[in-house]
Amino acid sequence: DSWNKSTAGKMVEWTDFERATIQDIFSKMDYEVVGPAALSRCLVVYPWTQRYFGNFGNLYNAAAITANPMVANHGKVVLHGLDRAVKNMDNIKETYAELSVLHSEKLHVDPDNFKLLSDCLTIVVASQLGKDFTGEVQAAFQKFLAVVVSSLGRQYH
Amino acid sequence: MSLSAKDKAEVKKFWAKIEGKAGEIGAEALGRMLVAYPQTKTYFSHWGHDLNTQTPQVRKHGGIIMGGIAKAVKSIDDLTSGMSTLSELHAFKLRVDPANFKILAHNIILVMAMYFPADFTPEVHVSVDKFLQRVAWALSERYR
Repeated sequence: DSWNKSTAGKMVEWTDFERATIQDIFSKMDYEVVGPAALSRCLVVYPWTQRYFGNFGNLYNAAAITANPMVANHGKVVLHGLDRAVKNMDNIKETYAELSVLHSEKLHVDPDNFKLLSDCLTIVVASQLGKDFTGEVQAAFQKFLAVVVSSLGRQYH
Repeated sequence: MSLSAKDKAEVKKFWAKIEGKAGEIGAEALGRMLVAYPQTKTYFSHWGHDLNTQTPQVRKHGGIIMGGIAKAVKSIDDLTSGMSTLSELHAFKLRVDPANFKILAHNIILVMAMYFPADFTPEVHVSVDKFLQRVAWALSERYR
């Protein structure tokens, strides 16, 4: 129930540092690399998430998942979807209203899984940025993803 | 989610690779946890308010934590016994809410990926994630 009610009526406030950090990270990111890396890592580390990809073919082991072109393609779709939040940081809830309905009513994705993918994305970004991914940058990035995850879960009922 | 023989092998192999940097990894992980999850600072209020990866006590304590992880790697075949003394410490003296073990584990994993991007493959990641969950379980054994 907290998925629907917890953020009702609250505007997210971003500091200048947080805004700049999110814009900076995503402007330098190669979505075509990071998307596939994050999704395939999620499917390997949390194999129950494979339940949503029954028609993706061979997900038999880590090597197969990493090489799977449908997984790679879908990773890119997810990152480009995330881009919408990057471009609408003051309006993420509204921006994702339709995607939230899609994930709930059509895809039937357990919203707890959004957090798993978001953790994998954070780890992939950390491994790419190295020391530049400071504690403060991590905090901003994770806050952004938490807002995205919350918005995606909002239309579940 | 018990540790398979493969998990144990992956963990031991990866640990051998990173052992030299364990102290630094611990300092980084603890420091960024205190920054990115400020509620965890409540356990370290005696060190002051502005805690981060550069704070001397944080760096030292990160090393101590990784010493505990090293012990866990050595006790991987019987984590409950291996972690028993540390479990008593956390249960009766430190009384750290076990939810925080998961938060610290996330940060340890993140720093491992940062320092060893080529070695921390998804396969290594899943084994390490499972291992740290089992360590957390063993640490909370004596809580109630």
